[in-house]
Amino acid sequence: MIPEIGQIALIIAFALALLQAIIPMTGAQLNNARWINFAAPAARGQFVFVGIAYLCLTYSFLVDDFSVLYAASTSNSQLPLIYKIAGVWGAHEGSLLLWALLLSGWTVVVSVFSQSIPKIMLARVLSVMGMVSIGFISFMLFTSNPFIRLFPAPVDGRSLNPLLQDPGLAIHPPMLYMGYVGFSVAFAFAIAAMIDGKLDAAWARWVRPWTNIAWVFMTIGITLGSLWAYYELGWGGWWFWDPVENASLMPWLVGTALIHSLAVTEKRAAFKSWTVLLAIFSFSLSLLGTFLVRSGVITSVHAFATDPARGIFILIFLLIVVGGSLVLFSFRAKSLRSVGKFSPVSREAGLLFNNVILVTMAGTVLLGTLYPLLLDALGIGKISVGPPYFNKVMVILAVPLYLMMGVGFFLRWKNDDLARIGKKIVIPLSLALVFAVVLPLLFAPEQQGLTFIGLLLASWIALASLLWLLNTTSSPFKLPASTWGAVIAHIGMAVTITGITLTSVYSHEKDVRLASEESYTVSDYTFKFIGVKEIQRDNYVAYQGTIEASELGQYVAIMRPEKRTYDQSSMPMTEAAIDAGIFRDLFVALGEPLGSGSWSLRIYHKPFVRWIWIGAMMMAFGGFLAAIDKRYRRVKKNKQAVIA
Amino acid sequence: MTPKRKKRLYIVIFMLLGLSAATALALQAFNENMMFFYTPTEIKTGKAPQNHDFRLGGLVVVGSVRREPKSLTVKFDLTDNNDVITVSYDGILPDLFREGQGIIARGQLNKNGVVDAVEVLAKHDEKYMPPEVGEALARTEKEKQ
Repeated sequence: MIPEIGQIALIIAFALALLQAIIPMTGAQLNNARWINFAAPAARGQFVFVGIAYLCLTYSFLVDDFSVLYAASTSNSQLPLIYKIAGVWGAHEGSLLLWALLLSGWTVVVSVFSQSIPKIMLARVLSVMGMVSIGFISFMLFTSNPFIRLFPAPVDGRSLNPLLQDPGLAIHPPMLYMGYVGFSVAFAFAIAAMIDGKLDAAWARWVRPWTNIAWVFMTIGITLGSLWAYYELGWGGWWFWDPVENASLMPWLVGTALIHSLAVTEKRAAFKSWTVLLAIFSFSLSLLGTFLVRSGVITSVHAFATDPARGIFILIFLLIVVGGSLVLFSFRAKSLRSVGKFSPVSREAGLLFNNVILVTMAGTVLLGTLYPLLLDALGIGKISVGPPYFNKVMVILAVPLYLMMGVGFFLRWKNDDLARIGKKIVIPLSLALVFAVVLPLLFAPEQQGLTFIGLLLASWIALASLLWLLNTTSSPFKLPASTWGAVIAHIGMAVTITGITLTSVYSHEKDVRLASEESYTVSDYTFKFIGVKEIQRDNYVAYQGTIEASELGQYVAIMRPEKRTYDQSSMPMTEAAIDAGIFRDLFVALGEPLGSGSWSLRIYHKPFVRWIWIGAMMMAFGGFLAAIDKRYRRVKKNKQAVIA
Repeated sequence: MTPKRKKRLYIVIFMLLGLSAATALALQAFNENMMFFYTPTEIKTGKAPQNHDFRLGGLVVVGSVRREPKSLTVKFDLTDNNDVITVSYDGILPDLFREGQGIIARGQLNKNGVVDAVEVLAKHDEKYMPPEVGEALARTEKEKQ
């Protein structure tokens, strides 16, 4: 009964999405106030019904209703409660429903917080978001229905992939989806502006907080994914250039470009068509991300489903979104004239430089991710591109980007003077040079060119941001939240760069064979293998190893890596033991028994690896500060004052 | 040309130069790191490149996994049900590496006709078959009929 209610709710939501897409848009064209005002209630209604559908599916998971095919294939009666709830988005159908729920939720939030926006504009924005919703709900109804019944119902479910039974991964997809879906707001605003033919500073002020929030969620989502891979897959790496990771990185890169380009559009009325294009592409890449991860096109741990009908559906969906927007763009780009002129030495030029590089980076990732798929689809051959490709190109592109990042704060809008800039940057740049040379000499076991470059860039960005903050005429505490946000986000990038550099250069990774009581030493740390015992837990059995870690004879930690086998599956899972620290992680994973008490072990010493994620969280926090800046709410307050 | 336009032209030229340098670099890096996939049969007929990484895949022949007593080195045979190639790997095999399972390896062919693998992949699903391996098996099946 409950699944049928969910099914009906989903169909009603689909009908409401259709109305939400058609009526307000038509009303905006005909200037019919009643039709225009229909947008917000339709969006709310749609949210309610998608919400009902979502709750119904969750209910099926909670009561172990395995007559629902989706629950039977992803859940299990033995699953802990939290993973029954999280299991709803553990695979394809449910994650689409989550997408639709978040999308309708965002739409409602936009309708609530956009009282400063002209009604016609808002109607168009909500209508475009309704169109996106049509795409997702019909995708579910026609190819991936989560409510399909299974007859006869199995006694128990097939269970959630044990890999996904991890708190980090339980919240990773919703965070990432919040980001993906959040870019639909910027997209909807861009489409609405093109239909309207007007794109001014007020428009940029409306879009900026939404884009920032979307970017924040995406940053958190990617960070969690990276952490999860580090903990859960037992590989000890933090980024693998796996197509699924790339799928989330591309919209993030373009979204980062969009955030910066919006600044120019707001302050200088320039980059207008460019901003619109970025908004289109950040959302299209978000769709592509969903497509790549969930359709089974890419074979990786994330692609649980394989069904060509789905792939074709999303391809057509993508084609409509990208193609439709670009056609509209080609007709309307002329009306989005940028008026702000600027010289080659100016903040605009600096941000243009930033944008060109970020988009080139996204293009590089796109090439490496899609080209092999394309060749395969055309039957030319099966190729793959290794991480060295991505590492090489991204590092080379990142160097000029990071150099410019430090200059950026000092640059003035419109026209600046090279000599003035030179004076400003001479102190942070020379300090950064000193840091980059002295710090490794004092602390690093060996000198490397890469360490120098990485530390130079990181300290340059951090110092330039800090000195700029201290040098501003007013007290730093009177600066707006968005300025603080920018400074914190940039320093966060510096922290991440430091982490990436030091981890890449100084990590020691070794697969070793150890018998009981044997030790292995890696850069001051000694790992003594005590032994392995079998343990029994709620829903798995495991081999648990005991390793005593010490630093130069000093006890550090007892580490207990596990190799688990979950009840409902025969596949073993490596659960690494990690001794985390600000300046280094020790990482031990259990390999396999090699006979006579010997085991293979994977032992890592990873300096500064935490900095990668700490920096990323700083970026997210900075983005959040920027989004809640008072400036974006001022118009609304004035209006309320008038009413009062 | 007015000075302003000239300036703008320089910016455009500068950007184009930068972009084409980036593209050239990306394509070069792409070519260097591009790896083709070969089946054991193709490797035996000499199709695999020398001194360049490639990927190969197949089923792990049952009973072929042998370990060296003192190190981590492990050798096993891969088959596409037509021909067999030996793979040598020095490291920890993935959790789902089993005899009879479809796997993918990356490495280079050495002088003895053995592939020295630097990476062995087995996917995290007991029913999973790498698509490349599945296709190769299907092809062998077809040719036999």
